[in-house]
Amino acid sequence: MSEQFTINIDGKEVRAMTGQTILEVARENGIFIPTLCHYKGTSNVGACRVCAIEVENARSLVAACTMPVNPGMIVRTDTERVKNARRLVVELLWSSGDHNCLTCESNGNCELQDLVYELGIEKPRFTIDPPGYDLELTNSMIARDLNKCILCGRCVRACNEIQVNDVLDFSYRSSHAKVGPAFGADYISSNCVFCGECVDACPTGAITFKSARFMGRPWETAKVKTTCTYCGVGCQLDLNIHNGKIIKVTGNREHGLPNEGSLCVKGRFGMSFVDHPDRLKTPLIRKEGELQEATWEEAYDYIADKLKMIKSEFGSDSIAGLSSARCSNEENYLFQKFMRAVIGTNNVDHCARL
Amino acid sequence: MTNSIEEIEQADAILAIGTNTTENHPVISSRVKRAVRNRGAKLIVVDPREIPLVRHAAIWLRPQAGTNVAVLNGLMNVIISEGLEDAAYIETRTDGYDELKKTLAKYTPEYVEQISGVPAEALRTAARIYGTAEKGSILYAMGITQHSHGTEAVKCCANLAMICGNVGIEGGGVNPLRGQNNVQGACDMGALPNVFTGYQQVADEKARSKFEEAWGVPLSGQPGLTIMEIMNGALEGKIKALYIMGENPMLSDPDLHHVQEAMKSLDLLISQDIFLNETGEYAHVVLPSACFAEKDGTFTNTERRVQRIRKAVEAPGTARPDWAILAGLATRMGYPMQYQSAHEIMKEINSVTPSYKGITYERIEGVGLQWPCPNIDHPGTKYLHKDQFTRGKGILTPVEYRPSEELPNDEYPYILTTGRVLYHFHTATMSRRSTGLVERYPESLAEINPRDAARAGIEEGKIIRISSRRGTVSVKAHVTDRAPEGTIFMNFHFKEAAANLLTNPALDPTGKIPEYKVCAVKVEAA
Repeated sequence: MSEQFTINIDGKEVRAMTGQTILEVARENGIFIPTLCHYKGTSNVGACRVCAIEVENARSLVAACTMPVNPGMIVRTDTERVKNARRLVVELLWSSGDHNCLTCESNGNCELQDLVYELGIEKPRFTIDPPGYDLELTNSMIARDLNKCILCGRCVRACNEIQVNDVLDFSYRSSHAKVGPAFGADYISSNCVFCGECVDACPTGAITFKSARFMGRPWETAKVKTTCTYCGVGCQLDLNIHNGKIIKVTGNREHGLPNEGSLCVKGRFGMSFVDHPDRLKTPLIRKEGELQEATWEEAYDYIADKLKMIKSEFGSDSIAGLSSARCSNEENYLFQKFMRAVIGTNNVDHCARL
Repeated sequence: MTNSIEEIEQADAILAIGTNTTENHPVISSRVKRAVRNRGAKLIVVDPREIPLVRHAAIWLRPQAGTNVAVLNGLMNVIISEGLEDAAYIETRTDGYDELKKTLAKYTPEYVEQISGVPAEALRTAARIYGTAEKGSILYAMGITQHSHGTEAVKCCANLAMICGNVGIEGGGVNPLRGQNNVQGACDMGALPNVFTGYQQVADEKARSKFEEAWGVPLSGQPGLTIMEIMNGALEGKIKALYIMGENPMLSDPDLHHVQEAMKSLDLLISQDIFLNETGEYAHVVLPSACFAEKDGTFTNTERRVQRIRKAVEAPGTARPDWAILAGLATRMGYPMQYQSAHEIMKEINSVTPSYKGITYERIEGVGLQWPCPNIDHPGTKYLHKDQFTRGKGILTPVEYRPSEELPNDEYPYILTTGRVLYHFHTATMSRRSTGLVERYPESLAEINPRDAARAGIEEGKIIRISSRRGTVSVKAHVTDRAPEGTIFMNFHFKEAAANLLTNPALDPTGKIPEYKVCAVKVEAA
């Protein structure tokens, strides 16, 4: 049963409940504890140790993301010991990879970069020694640079615990450890379904959207919240716009229901139709058997004249309309209003049955 | 859906019947998989194909395509004979139980096994899982509805849920998963031949006079024609003009040769779309539309949630939002429509549609609202039928199993069943113009069982010819156990291998939905 009690964080008495972690209680009370491996909606693994804090009478520093609260617990998040530990962890993470922000797609949108800045680290005390993996650019959707991976495991948990696609996991051990599909396969040769949850989950530039590479920096990009145009789930997503074009689609957990940030391959990577060269740009009227470009005025005149003629000769019920499950509510409303009020028929349907 | 998408994760048992949700609504399938993995919910999958969800199922029933009614009746037969029904719920909330029980008596597991091929013991196990669950959720899609007995199978789903007390509770429900972004909204908005917005009947004088007053013109009380009747009407010369907005019947409708004849016989065909699609090729006039990313508006999702779409980029050339095109044309026809924005149209929808009355742009700026939402202070409706059904008590309708209209014979020995794949959407107008999706699924594959393939001399990746009484298509074979013996699966996304040249236009008499899930075909190595 959930029992309510208080704990003390940085000298402040705060309410807590059985089953909560120190991190959860701290966040509820606006007390900042940095994290990297923690990812809401997935299990707490305590992998990165960035959230190390002091608990009175504990033998050593503890990970706030995994430590359950106890009544009367006294926690300190801002001591020198804690700060030194955080610095050390971040310096080790930095030095273990190729964290070159100059060309990194996640520059300006990187949790490791934010933490380095926050802690004021000029450069790590250790030799920078990236593992030297090849860039994975073997598909058009997701790019991977495991030299920027901090092994936080967020991608693994996003894949297994959020989408439950069971594609990603850790392989090898120690400094050789890496994340990816089974047998060292790249994404395109694996059973990955390209939902892109791992890209959204990645805190660094290790997993990024390939189509957006070198297409625009995060601070030059506008995010427009909208509803996906594919199936009936109605996922909320952010279209990332740069220079008037969609460069990528990101999930946003802040948007809440119905999808809580999750998307699928169609919503994520099915948007290049929008500026496809095949898009219709002007009305077309068939003349001498061929569809030829026309102005809106010509098209309206052509349609209105023909519809009026057919209506007067054969009656309103000789005209029918198919509205669209792809169009908006407002458009479907107007379409049936047009058929009923302007044409005078109830011959209106759409492909709900198909 | 009677219930909400998030509630799937609260169910104790989930019955997924006729829905390949992992490929059609992947984000919903994640909720199903999480319910199983995180909460230990028991998943029952009923599907002739080995769909991806099978891997997560406590039990998988594999009926022959077209036998859903028998299977559902069988589940109910077991539930009643083992006393697992919710007697109090049946008593207080439903009508017609005695009749239903009488009809169900003959659907013993052994009888159902004869019809469907589902082993009697497996049916019993599945019935016990659903019947003993505190909260049971039924998920279904076109695998239930696209049959000549689709409406009847839907009624069976409702019967099953009601006799177990699973309607009107959180985490339960009868939940059709809809496959298109705004198919729910198109229905809600009255893009149907018999209703105005919010399912107000055109034949109902009161409703009609309300709309006559709102729109300032007299209106017809005679329900119109459905899509298949429109096509037939065109062939018969009764329909002279067809205005198509954002649809592609020349790939999506059954028996395409027939549709093609219908298109050709029209005096006026208007195609309003974002691309020149297969239907547009036959049009007299083509009007260019803005796509979802180029306009404001709302879509209503499968759980009745009305959500905003927002303009993010400019439309190409002179393309306009569909609402603006319609308003312009109406004005040109002598019926002025002076809307300045989609927002203005929504205000009119609010004023004539009780279930949408409280759903305003201001209120859905953050999270969308679920109808019914009858006033501006109403929080929206998470799940339907809480204390009573719309009509008071829920009707239990006895349904008898009927075979599909076209069954295999010596000449056409296989069943063809159709559907979608993960990487494409409907007639693929959009998805085949998206780089990543094409990269993952570049061409159509027909799934055929290894034993059938061996018998017909068909090898993986080789072109085969599939023929029905209506046509022939050539397509690459994918030899896989996903397809049951005797049944071939094709998607309908690719015009080069258009499954709908083969499908049977037999209709469900009530829903008028074509029987896409069962027709008889023969297969040859090409």
